[in-house]
Amino acid sequence: MSGAKILDVNQLTMRFGGIVAVQELSFSAERRKITALIGPNGAGKTTVFNCITGFYKPTGGTIRLAHDDGKVIALERLNDFRIAKQAKVARTFQNIRLFPGMTVLENLMVAQHNMLMRASGLTFLGLIGAPSYRSAEQSAIDLATDWLKRVGLLDRADDAAGNLAYGDQRRLEIARAMCTEPALLCLDEPAAGLNARESAALSELLLSIRGDQGTSILLIEHDMSVVMEISDQIVVMDHGVKIAEGTPREVRDDPKVIAAYLGADEEEAMAVMESGS
Amino acid sequence: MTALSTETSLAKRAAGIPFILKKASLSALVALVLFSLMIGIRTEAGPDGQLTYWTRFGELASLVGLVFGGSIVIELLRQWIGPTGAENLVPAPVQRGLSFLGRYLAPVLLIFTILLPVIFYDQRYILDLAILVLTYVMLGWGLNVVVGLAGLLDLGYVAFYAVGAYSYALLATNFGWSFWICLPLAGILAAFWGVLLGFPVLRLRGDYLAIVTLAFGEIIRLVIINWQSLTGGPNGVSGIPRPTLFGIPLDNSDDGLAAKLGIEYSPTHRIVFLFYLILALALLTNWVTIRLRRLPIGRAWEALREDEVACRALGINTTTTKLTAFATGAMFGGFAGAFFATRQGFISPESFTFQESALVLAIVVLGGMGSQLGVALAALAMIGGFELFRGLEHYRMLVFGMAMVLIMIWRPRGLIGHRAPTVYLRKAQAISSDLVKEGHG
Repeated sequence: MSGAKILDVNQLTMRFGGIVAVQELSFSAERRKITALIGPNGAGKTTVFNCITGFYKPTGGTIRLAHDDGKVIALERLNDFRIAKQAKVARTFQNIRLFPGMTVLENLMVAQHNMLMRASGLTFLGLIGAPSYRSAEQSAIDLATDWLKRVGLLDRADDAAGNLAYGDQRRLEIARAMCTEPALLCLDEPAAGLNARESAALSELLLSIRGDQGTSILLIEHDMSVVMEISDQIVVMDHGVKIAEGTPREVRDDPKVIAAYLGADEEEAMAVMESGS
Repeated sequence: MTALSTETSLAKRAAGIPFILKKASLSALVALVLFSLMIGIRTEAGPDGQLTYWTRFGELASLVGLVFGGSIVIELLRQWIGPTGAENLVPAPVQRGLSFLGRYLAPVLLIFTILLPVIFYDQRYILDLAILVLTYVMLGWGLNVVVGLAGLLDLGYVAFYAVGAYSYALLATNFGWSFWICLPLAGILAAFWGVLLGFPVLRLRGDYLAIVTLAFGEIIRLVIINWQSLTGGPNGVSGIPRPTLFGIPLDNSDDGLAAKLGIEYSPTHRIVFLFYLILALALLTNWVTIRLRRLPIGRAWEALREDEVACRALGINTTTTKLTAFATGAMFGGFAGAFFATRQGFISPESFTFQESALVLAIVVLGGMGSQLGVALAALAMIGGFELFRGLEHYRMLVFGMAMVLIMIWRPRGLIGHRAPTVYLRKAQAISSDLVKEGHG
């Protein structure tokens, strides 16, 4: 596995009883690049995501994550919270999962839980108000403030997350994932339910995350305008298998993709694909 | 214009009459079905052991009539006041006054509590009641960590109370250790049992968790009853030493506190001492809980209550987070148990029934889950209020139950339902209870 690749999925298979959701899927995501995973509904994209982020244990295959320092982690062996904690993979959800009863700022503080837990000496130092914990908490607030500025939610910092508008909640979820300071950010349909203006702002945000933080992004998206604009690499899935892979231009012109992803009507398919460019 | 609006409202009301009558008839029908056997027929064992029964149609008719009439009155009241109820009932100035009062309620209550033994020095009944209320305040605050913050429904909290009480009772009677050594030990042992319970059950959620914790509470009680050689079984443990003021006993002896201070001995000294002891323990619970809420562990508890899946995605170890919540709550329960044992001087399994768990849980739910002040107010209302209705004798439970139902109708999320944020940039805004989740176990 070369240093340019952050994620290498090899022969990934996921079965639920008799149903094969993902079959021997192999692809890789490059470091500091945006890789999009697209495909029609039910193609198995979210299942792949859940395997990568530890919510499912894959039936077969390997998922390797290589950190900047060269450390390689076998994600299929880690489970649950350890993928976020040790492998530094953060994710967002298709149906937004914020902590609605907590404020926007608190949401971002919870994301820095592991750092703050260490700083608070597993709570005991924090309980007596040690200065080292206080400075750690202040730097956590600063990091949260930075992200709130970048997603344009700074003046909503003390509002309940559940009171935000839908588009704001989507951006907050991305900010929360970024507060864990991930190596790989997995976004499950971040543009779903956004209007054209919000989608454009989202594209800009994701490009700046890739550019400024150098975070690699893996993205599931149906909104072709977003996918075609920001992706460096696109993987197309259908019925649990990969049918194409390449740059946006290559994928857009691939007749197999057009046939599978958008149905047999090629003319209509072309029209939709073009509208995204 | 006015005439028109009057007319329409009249028309509305007129249209409402069949609706009201229909609703009242339905209520009356339900009452008839329910009461026809419960009240309409009276059965008793006859002199030779055979079943005798007679009918009471008069009473049945009057009750059904009462339901019919009451239903009409309630429906009329509802139309007159409007659908929203409480907001319309309380005028705006009163609401403003209440919110003003609310800001100073906690400090005023605290000062009053500290001064209580001074004010009611001669009234042993009030002091005893205050100690009882404070014990439940402490238990409520302890359970609040588990149920209110972490959102884990624990129906067996009394188990930890029992572990704490028996830990102190057995350590003190067998080894003669002092209260101040046994108190932390009781807390640690209760926390240990909290973790032991936690390990197998924390993969369960919601109703399943509630049932297993309920069973755990019963298991502990049954073990205490049956392990006669250690716990004395149903006879309990008696002769538990009274607490001392750092080695100085509060009794009538020459070494006692009264003799040392050169004042006349009075049994009230001990009561006042116990009062301040439980007050200090309760305030410690409160301080630690408030403090923990602002630490990462407390935020993780609340995040767990809001969304467990999101917590896992953020790298939070949900198992240890739940276990710490269980252990912390159990530790405070253990402290309260040790205090209970030293106050009573005698403990038996009868004090640790499911009813206690239910009462403490009711206090937490009534107070507003997660709210410290709310839990304190609810404990005052539940324990103090229950005493208040003592004059009503066997109608006491009925009145009390109705009061509970009314409060839950008016304030479904507890007395203090909103949530205070743990950190803020500019201004701390209370979060409406509509947004805060209850947790799924």
